[in-house]
Amino acid sequence: MTFELFFYLVIITAMACYAMLDGFDLGVGILHPLAKTDTERRIFLNAIGPVWDGNEVWLVIVAGGLFAGFPEVFATIFSAFYNATIALLMGLIFRAVSIEFRSKSESPTWRRNWDYIFFFGSLIIAFGVGLVAGNVIEGLPLDSNFDYQGSFFGFFHIYSTFVGLCAVSLFAMHGAIYLVMKTEGELHDRLRSWIPKCIGIFMLFYGITTVLTIVTKPYMVEPMLKYPVLFLVPLFALGAIVSVPILMKKKRDGWAFVSSCISISLLLSLSAIGTFPNMIRSTIDTAQNSLTIYNSSSSTLTLKVLAIIVSVGIPMVLAYGFYIYRVFRGKVVLDERSY
Amino acid sequence: MDVVTLSRIQFAMTSMFHYIYPPLSIGLGLFIVLIEGMYMKTKKPIYIEMSKFWTKIFALTFALGVATGLVQMFGFGTNWSFYSRFVGDVFGGALGAEGVFAFFLEAGFMGIMLFGWDRVKPRTHYLSTILVAAGAHFSAVWIVVANSWMQTPAGFKIVGSGLKARAQVTDFWAMVNNPSSIDRLIHVTLGCWLTGLFLIISICAYYLLKKRHLGFAKKTIKISLISALVVLFLQLLSADSSARGVAENQPSKLAAMEGVFETRESTPMTVLGWVDKETKQVKGIQIPALLSFFVYRNFTTPVTGLDQIPPDEQPPIQVVFQTYHMMIYMWGLMLLATVVATYLLWKKKLENSKWVLRFLVISVGFPQLANMVGWMTAEIGRQPWIVWKILRTPQGVSPGIVPGQVLSSLIMLATIYIALLAVFLFVLDRKIKHGPTNVIEEGTYLDPFSKGDK
Repeated sequence: MTFELFFYLVIITAMACYAMLDGFDLGVGILHPLAKTDTERRIFLNAIGPVWDGNEVWLVIVAGGLFAGFPEVFATIFSAFYNATIALLMGLIFRAVSIEFRSKSESPTWRRNWDYIFFFGSLIIAFGVGLVAGNVIEGLPLDSNFDYQGSFFGFFHIYSTFVGLCAVSLFAMHGAIYLVMKTEGELHDRLRSWIPKCIGIFMLFYGITTVLTIVTKPYMVEPMLKYPVLFLVPLFALGAIVSVPILMKKKRDGWAFVSSCISISLLLSLSAIGTFPNMIRSTIDTAQNSLTIYNSSSSTLTLKVLAIIVSVGIPMVLAYGFYIYRVFRGKVVLDERSY
Repeated sequence: MDVVTLSRIQFAMTSMFHYIYPPLSIGLGLFIVLIEGMYMKTKKPIYIEMSKFWTKIFALTFALGVATGLVQMFGFGTNWSFYSRFVGDVFGGALGAEGVFAFFLEAGFMGIMLFGWDRVKPRTHYLSTILVAAGAHFSAVWIVVANSWMQTPAGFKIVGSGLKARAQVTDFWAMVNNPSSIDRLIHVTLGCWLTGLFLIISICAYYLLKKRHLGFAKKTIKISLISALVVLFLQLLSADSSARGVAENQPSKLAAMEGVFETRESTPMTVLGWVDKETKQVKGIQIPALLSFFVYRNFTTPVTGLDQIPPDEQPPIQVVFQTYHMMIYMWGLMLLATVVATYLLWKKKLENSKWVLRFLVISVGFPQLANMVGWMTAEIGRQPWIVWKILRTPQGVSPGIVPGQVLSSLIMLATIYIALLAVFLFVLDRKIKHGPTNVIEEGTYLDPFSKGDK
């Protein structure tokens, strides 16, 4: 395996970790307005309180990893998506500060305003992440210097909008399952009843997106036609999604959450399989101007250094990550230090 | 205004707003390690009370640091795409290490530090506090290394030319340990400690002034004043070493910092002054031969002046000169505050010295201002280069973006940052007024939405 391929897999794994972990934080944010009382909203916030910060670091790893391992991709994608990136950053700022600030005053106006900011922040991030993914699948008009030649709002089109909606509904479902695990009593039962609705909405958007992909992006399906064994990926993804409501009905909430995680990472793998080895397709000249994992990567020395950092660091991160989740397992209990 | 100017303003603005918070986290983090350590040793409840109070303030600064820090990293890609392509290979290792070793550690154990008091053993909690503080320090290491490489590049070669030119690492450790890394890292870290310490000193002085939480305040201010004295002394040594490094590696920057136009023997030092660009002179108070002594340890060797630097390689002189001097004045004010307060504390008169306490309350601003103007000296002094002698700042900008885009993002970010700072100060003020005692009686919690407002 080449260092380019290894580090590409690292980036994809980091993306999957971000989507699985921060995905439920974003989902909780998206569902936040549905919580009725202040106590319910505090339970929502405190369900993610001790862990969301660490989850968000995976996004930093994705962006930092691109800067480090594939600087051309980093430079192209964020300068091309200038407006979208600024919007995403505002979402990230809003989400972070609303969680911290909301509890600092008892004024209802204060709290309600931070509730809105928390909701919109989470929504913008979830939609923005999907929008970027949609554009990566779609490709960008790149010239021979890998610079973007499109318009400022060129990233907003039907396809990427639907991928964005998929992300929002998928994270909402994921967040709902997480909340079911973290709550008890009446709220718990109410949350449980939301799950089928969340899945229904997601399936609707996912169905439309799939049809759009097959019809308008034949290159996404090509690798699977070439290696039919890859059809197992969408098949397992579908199986994982279908198993979620079944497991929820059997009150196997933990397993439903695992299923949801699996479906998220398989859907991500699906888009990676379709685009490989391109990281960003050029719609002007796909063969010459596309950024692939080979023509956009750092030098072998840097990739080696990164490989060492990752092999030493990530197992440690995973080990203490598991430990921290273990410490905060179980239902949310509010005390004087809670948000 | 063009894209380059707007992008520079945006990067400067987001950096400066960002840099209000991380130094506080780094300084407070270390202080909490100290205090919780005392609790672990003595088991006196006052120390746990202190730890819990400062942890809350820490959490606030940390949240703001994370929120504003994300903008920094993405800012390279959005506004400085050519620069990102050019340095990606060099920054790669440092940035990867920062993410994997620093950010996860901080953000992960932060959860236990804040919410884990009753969930883990005291020993484990203390370990988490140490790891959070260590993470905060690690993040400073890697970002300062990356910035130092821009000041004094080493361990790399240039591949390709024109728009395809890229800097490529040839020696990773030479890149990390470039000529200015160690000096600047020490200087920045000490600055962070001072920032944390003076926030603590300021809050305690406020309590002493208001005669509240006296036991807590007296204990805390004693520890922090003594620490500040030590750190201020160390900062003096670090400043000396850093400035001599600048003289060696970036003579044009030192010439601008000290306002040296003419290269001559026994170079004088201007203590306070105003740069007159027309006559190429600095008007003000000068001490003969002092600069030669500081740089070369003798009173004769000439210090390189701006007459040795081509005009198109000179930084803006007035602003570099003034920001650099302002940083030194701030150090002087911190020293004055600390020495006077320590003396009065020793004489047991501090509690009743109202004016000194008021001075200590505003002293929180001194290290903050020193940080801001210090970074302005470092970054504006590097101009016109974005990477010293290799890449000029205007070359680094993203080719595809237009002024309107940058102007609107600049206005939006500025608005958000000002609002955030206002909310931060409001919440901080509430926390300070609420104070360290943290007793919420059973049943006093009221749902704010149930008060008929909704």
